[in-house]
Amino acid sequence: MTLWRQAQSNLPGEVGTVQFNANRQGFALNFRATEMEAREGIRAVATQLRQRGLSEDRAGDVEIALAEAINNVVEHAYADIEPGQVRIRCQMRDDKLLIRISDQGRPLPDGQLPKGEPANVETDPADLPEGGFGWFLIRQLVSEIRYERRQNSNLLSLRFDLPKVS
Amino acid sequence: MSLTSTVDGDTRVITVNVERIDAAMAIQFKEDMRSETEEGPDRVVLDLSQVTFIDSSGLGAIVASMKQLGGNRRLDLAGLTPVVDKVFRLTRMDTVFNLFTTLDDALAASPK
Repeated sequence: MTLWRQAQSNLPGEVGTVQFNANRQGFALNFRATEMEAREGIRAVATQLRQRGLSEDRAGDVEIALAEAINNVVEHAYADIEPGQVRIRCQMRDDKLLIRISDQGRPLPDGQLPKGEPANVETDPADLPEGGFGWFLIRQLVSEIRYERRQNSNLLSLRFDLPKVS
Repeated sequence: MSLTSTVDGDTRVITVNVERIDAAMAIQFKEDMRSETEEGPDRVVLDLSQVTFIDSSGLGAIVASMKQLGGNRRLDLAGLTPVVDKVFRLTRMDTVFNLFTTLDDALAASPK
């Protein structure tokens, strides 16, 4: 028996403007792609994961990677167009957490995941980068990442391996 | 206002009064930092002990705040909570800023 299986959560309906559904295996939510709603969506996922027994340390990792992925949708996929919906589905297994993020915005450039090179910090302070950390952070924190363009949707899948709970 | 500010000797201490410095907060944070640091001591310590989450937009806003101080002034960071600390270490921004475990440590390191 794992913590995941013991955890039960019932938070259907709305958390603020975030639509939320949950069962034992996982949960899903969606919200409009604005910065404020994205914040509430990211917080709701992190809160659920902690309630379902994910360690504080790992929940922090997931929240960082998720925030970067969602911010990318808000800032780029829906840039200069009416913000559409973002949907997050989380599934828990004994040894891993799967998070799928979908939106109906623009595809990633060239239909490819960015490489996520580390930013250069060995530079004159005046030239330090103020952005471009997002994909690097995601790639550092996930166990696997995949991107698919399906018709008019983007689907980003993140896998986080978890230590076995015995 | 997301920030409060005091002067301790030759150091301006700015306390962040929000739990998240994220994409929704980053622009306001940078503007608030600009108004808090327009004048005053050359050394600024940012107390992050109430901040439990930061994303790359928030990180960028802190970098921008340091840059807008100019070359003769300095921004040090204190009280990094675990997630904030992790973002600084992963991006290697921990090599750019002086990081102090607590505000007291940061003030003790300051020549009065």
